Amino acid sequence: METKSIMIVGVGGQGTLLASRILGNAVIGEGYDVKVSEVHGMSQRGGSVVTYVRYGEKVYSPVIDNGGADIILAFELLEAQRALPYLKKGGKIIVNSQQIDPMPVITGACEYPANIAGYLKENADTTLIDALSLAKCAGNQKAVNVVLIGVMAKNTDIPYDVWVQTIKNTVPEKFLEVNLKAFDLGYNS
Amino acid sequence: MKQLMLGNAAVARGCYEAGVKVISSYPGTPSTEITENAVKYDEIYCEWAPNEKVGAEVAIGAAIAGARAMTCCKHVGLNVMADPIFTASYTGVNGGLVIAVADDPGMHSSQNEQDSRHYAKASKIMMLEPSDSSECKEFTKLAFEFSEKYDTPVFLRLTTRVSHSQSLVELGDRENDELKEYTKNPAKYVMMPANAIKKHVDVENRMRALEEYAETAPINTVEDNGSNIGIITSGITYSYAKEALGNSANFLKLGITYPMPVKLIKAFAKKCKKVYVLEELDPFIEEHCKVNGIDVIGKEAFTLLGEYSVNLIKKVVLGEEIEDIKSEPIPVRPPVMCAGCPHRGTFYVLKKLGLNVSGDIGCYTLGAAAPLSAIDTTICMGASVSAAHGMSKARGEEFNKKLVSVIGDSTFIHSGITGLIDIVYNKGANTVIILDNSITGMTGHQENPTTGKTIRGEATKQVDLELLCKAVGASSVRIADPFNVKEFEKVVKEELEKDEPSVIIAQRPCALLKTVKYTGKCVITDKCKNCKMCLKAGCPAITVKDGKPVIDATQCNGCSLCINICPFDAIVKEEA
Repeated sequence: METKSIMIVGVGGQGTLLASRILGNAVIGEGYDVKVSEVHGMSQRGGSVVTYVRYGEKVYSPVIDNGGADIILAFELLEAQRALPYLKKGGKIIVNSQQIDPMPVITGACEYPANIAGYLKENADTTLIDALSLAKCAGNQKAVNVVLIGVMAKNTDIPYDVWVQTIKNTVPEKFLEVNLKAFDLGYNS
Repeated sequence: MKQLMLGNAAVARGCYEAGVKVISSYPGTPSTEITENAVKYDEIYCEWAPNEKVGAEVAIGAAIAGARAMTCCKHVGLNVMADPIFTASYTGVNGGLVIAVADDPGMHSSQNEQDSRHYAKASKIMMLEPSDSSECKEFTKLAFEFSEKYDTPVFLRLTTRVSHSQSLVELGDRENDELKEYTKNPAKYVMMPANAIKKHVDVENRMRALEEYAETAPINTVEDNGSNIGIITSGITYSYAKEALGNSANFLKLGITYPMPVKLIKAFAKKCKKVYVLEELDPFIEEHCKVNGIDVIGKEAFTLLGEYSVNLIKKVVLGEEIEDIKSEPIPVRPPVMCAGCPHRGTFYVLKKLGLNVSGDIGCYTLGAAAPLSAIDTTICMGASVSAAHGMSKARGEEFNKKLVSVIGDSTFIHSGITGLIDIVYNKGANTVIILDNSITGMTGHQENPTTGKTIRGEATKQVDLELLCKAVGASSVRIADPFNVKEFEKVVKEELEKDEPSVIIAQRPCALLKTVKYTGKCVITDKCKNCKMCLKAGCPAITVKDGKPVIDATQCNGCSLCINICPFDAIVKEEA
C-alpha cells in the first residue's frame, strides 16, 4: 500500500493532539507502520497547530510537505485555507465550519477572509461540517476533535470497530461516553 | 507487541531498560517529555532541578556514585550546563552518564537555532543521533554502554521532529540494575590542575579510540543501492532523505556524529559521483568531510536556516519541483496568551503605564505580541532581571523609574534570583515583577521549587518567593493580584517611585491548571459604549462583530478580567 498522509490542523487548544493520537493508534491496530508528528510548546498557545499522521508498509518521514496530504482534517476555516498548499492533487479536505479570529483580526490589523468555504470548494474536494454543533449535541463542545475524527474515519478503510476500540483505549473513562457519541455523530453525518 | 511512542518517551523507555537510576532535568521544549515519561517508571528516581546546571551536576554525582544517570535539556539549556559538562568530560564516569539534548531547527519554541553538535566537539564528548523513536530507545541504551566502556559522558542529540514524532517501538526488559562500586579516587574526580593535566591526556586518548571505533560502528550504516549519488546524513534528515530518494541513492547514515569516521566516509564517497551532505543547521558533517579532503555538496545547495524537508531534498538532488495549490495571502495566527491567563492583567497595566519592560522566557514572552506589545527585550532565562540592572546603570535614575523586569516563578528560581542579588549588592533600585502562576507554564505544567510539589506530585517544602526576595535584601516585597487591575496599577506605580530594589509578586494561578475553576461566561451588555478598552487586553475570546466587541462563549473561560477593565460596567458574568 502506498503511504497515506493525513494532516490535522487547527488552533492551539482545540484538541488536535488527541485527534492525531487516536488516528495513529487506530492505524497500528490495522498492522501498518505509522509515524505521527506533533507540535508542543509555544505554538500550542492559541497559535496555528499542525500534526501529521502517515501510515503504510514503511514510513520514513514523520512530516508532510507541500502537495503531500491525502486528507486534511481542519478544525477551523482559516487554518484549512492555510493548509491548502499541503493538499495532494485529488486530495480531500474535511473542514469544521467554526471561525476563530486570530489576534491580528481582533486587533483590526487585517480581516478574516470572507467565504473560505467557497474558496476551498473551488480548489479541492471539500466536506464542510458544523462539528461544534454536533459536539454540543454529544454533550460537550470540547468533543469537536472526536466529531471530526468520526467524519474522517468514514473516509479511510479502517473498520468502525477499530476506531471505537481505539477511542476506548485513548480517552479517559469519564469522558468516554461523550466522545463515543461525538464519534458516532461525526461518522454518521 | 510494538507501541506507538513519542521519541522522547522512547528515550525514557531506553533509560528504563538500561537500568538508569537517576534523572535530573530542567524542562525545555522539545526535551521535556523525556523526564516526564521517565517518572512513570518507579525504578527511576526523577526530579525537576531548579536549572540545567544543577540538573547536570546531580546526574554527574549520581554517575560518580555508581548509578546510570541522565540529564535532559533543550539546546539553550546546554549553555547553562556547559560548565559542569566540560569537566565531566575529564573526570569520566563510574555508572554511565548520558546528556540528552534536543535542538529546535525552525525554532518552533525557542529563542535561537544553535547547533548542539559543536558542544560535542568543544567538550570532547561522544554524540549519538537517533532518527526515529525505535532508535531513540536503542541509542539511549547504547549511549550508556559507550559511556561506561570509554569512561565518558555521552550526548544523545535529538531535534524537534525526533523528540515530538511518534513511531513504533519494540519494548524490552530492564537490565543492568546494579549500582557500581564506589571508591574514593581523587586523581579521577578532583579536577585541580595536577590531576586535570593527566586527565586531559586520557581524554585525547579516548577520542582517538572513539574515532577508531566510529570507522566500524554498527550504527554508522552504509546502504549501497548501486547509485552514483551518495547521501551522508544523520538523525531526522535521514528520514527525509529516504522518503525523498528511496533506493535511488546510496546512504551513509551516521549514528555517531561525534567523533566522525574518516576512512568510512572516504570509502563511501569514492563509490559515488556526487556526494551530498544532508544536515540541518550548521555544516558540521560537511566541514569534517572537507577538512579531510572529501568533496561534498552541502550548505551551498541547501540552507543554514530552519528545517530540511522531503521537497527540498527532491528539488536539490533530483531537480523535482512540487506542484501545490497556491493559497492567497491570509492572516497569520501567532500564539497568544490563553483566555484567562493571569499574565494578561499584568501586561495590560504595564502597557497602560507606558513602561519599558525587560522580559524573559516563558508563556509571558507572548506579552510582546500585539495588542499588548509590552515587552522590550527577551534574551534568555533570567536575563530580565540582570539586563534591567544594566539598563538602569547605563541610563540612570530617570529611566529606572519607567522600567520593570517581568519573570516567571520557575524562571526566577532558574536564574533570576542571581540577578536580584546583583541589584541588591550593587546598589540598584530596580522593580522586578515575578509572575507567579503557580506552575512552569510554557513547557506544559511542570512543578518547580515554588509550587510545593515534586515531579511525582508529592507534597514537599515550598520555596517562599516573598521570604526569598526579602532574604537577599530586596527592601520592598509586595504581593498583588494582576486581575485586580486598579490595585495592581497602584502597586506598580508605588514601587517604581522607591529608590531601592523592590519586588512585586503578581500572584494568580495559570488558567489551565485543573485547580483553577472559573465559572460562567462574560457577556457584553447593551451598556457598551464601544470604547474598545476590553480589546486592549488581547483576550482571544473578545473579538469584533459589526464594529462592536463581542465575547465568543466557546473561548471565554469566565476569568472576569474584562469585567474589571471595562470603564462602563458593561460586561457582566452570566452563570451557566
